[in-house]
Amino acid sequence: MSATETLEHSTDEQHDDHSHDHPDWLAHHFDDAEQQFDSGKLGMWLFLVTEVLFFSGMFCAYALLRSQSPETFAFASQFLNEKLGAINTGVLLFSSLTMAWAVRASQLSQHRTLTATLGMTLGCAAVFLGVKAVEYTHKWGLGLLPGHLYLSQGVPTNEDHEFGERALIWLCVLPAIMLVGFLAWWIQALIQKSTVQLRIAGPLLVAAIMYFAGVGLGRWIESDSSHAGHADHASSAGHATAHPAHASANEHGEDHDHHSSETSSSHEHEEKSFSIAPSVVTLPQANPEQVALPKFGSVPSQDVNQRGRAGLFFSIYYCMTGVHALHIIGGMVVISWLIIKAAKLQFHSQYFGPVDNVGLYWHLVDFIWIYLFPLLYLIT
Amino acid sequence: MGHTAASPDAAHGHHDGEFAHPASIRMLLTVFFVLVGLTFLTVYQASFDLGGAEIWLSLIIATIKASLVILFFMHLLYDKPFNAILFISSLIFVTLFLGFTLLDAKAYRNQIEVRDTLEESMKPVPKQPDVEPTRIGATMM
Repeated sequence: MSATETLEHSTDEQHDDHSHDHPDWLAHHFDDAEQQFDSGKLGMWLFLVTEVLFFSGMFCAYALLRSQSPETFAFASQFLNEKLGAINTGVLLFSSLTMAWAVRASQLSQHRTLTATLGMTLGCAAVFLGVKAVEYTHKWGLGLLPGHLYLSQGVPTNEDHEFGERALIWLCVLPAIMLVGFLAWWIQALIQKSTVQLRIAGPLLVAAIMYFAGVGLGRWIESDSSHAGHADHASSAGHATAHPAHASANEHGEDHDHHSSETSSSHEHEEKSFSIAPSVVTLPQANPEQVALPKFGSVPSQDVNQRGRAGLFFSIYYCMTGVHALHIIGGMVVISWLIIKAAKLQFHSQYFGPVDNVGLYWHLVDFIWIYLFPLLYLIT
Repeated sequence: MGHTAASPDAAHGHHDGEFAHPASIRMLLTVFFVLVGLTFLTVYQASFDLGGAEIWLSLIIATIKASLVILFFMHLLYDKPFNAILFISSLIFVTLFLGFTLLDAKAYRNQIEVRDTLEESMKPVPKQPDVEPTRIGATMM
């Protein structure tokens, strides 16, 4: 394998400008490569310990809130798209696989495999963020906002789907700029025939494209399940009457189950007028006493469909998934750094610590998501 | 789950021995597919109403998945025991943290309920749900 070549290449070169025995990749204060690797890894595990404790604070808040008001979590969790959560879980698991594979490739000096697996990991991270962007903006459009910003569901005047769409466009601005930049870089590297730059710009370009693939996938699933999932919600929420016209009339209609309307005919009427001219509709306020509201546990949905309750759920939802997404972004930055080093063929069996340590971090991010997914999305 | 042979490294003489233990592709793929299978299981399990058992079941499945990630993808099974001690100790502290917090999570339940009942009885007309201050909100914020 090319391990020996690389080693000689890197060591020989460095020996010329170093006055002592250490090759470039071995820091001065370490005796040998193994000591360097073990020290780095110990440091990484210590960092992961602080990460676990950091996230445990949020899990603690979650546990407290859920134990105090399980019905709120059952109610609000319905607005999370289970399919998108499951897809993102699969994407993260696959990225963990490719990351573990990248560690193996770096140990065996399989440079091509290393760049490919790192690129796939980066691409999966981008898909994850793309899907997340769709999930977030879809919720913002429905008024499913944290804390005091939460808008009670089922009152059409509260909803501003346009806002969700606009927010999604804003979330696509930076990735679009990066896409153009990476494309320009890649073309330039192609013209200059710089293999090193091609090996860097290629994966980055693919990752930027994958973000938009994630957005597309998210939108497709989201619109798909607003149709299909609607019937589920309606029945589970206790509205026995089916609303076929409703589902087709309004794509984003998953919130209307919790509508405190009086009869199903007026319900449908409102739906239609809402879907035609959302800004004009003002609902006659339903009298809560006459309405058979869907119940969550022993609590009617009206009680939980408000700022202090469902709003609190969304506070903890945005907090946990948002901090997790920040970790994904941080992971993408360090994986890009690995791609640069890998493009310069810097990793071999004596020096793969950075790949291994970034891998550990990446698996921890996956580890956190493994708990977040059932705890947030799969509450029945 | 054995390791494949490390890369040949005969040509360099500065460093003693190999310390890289590349994971076998078969092991990585097996772990991945088990993880995907468990994800399907946890989604499938959520379609049943299991009442109070539901959260425990989904937490058990999540813990099995997390253990697979830690032991195989993160190599903790083959790592230095000290790293394992570090990580496991963090999990022990998380358990203590959550456990002690939840121990008295309901300690003030009675007072909250008494106050709620008082507020209910003083309320003249039911207000709009979205403007009404709530029980949890009022106590937590």
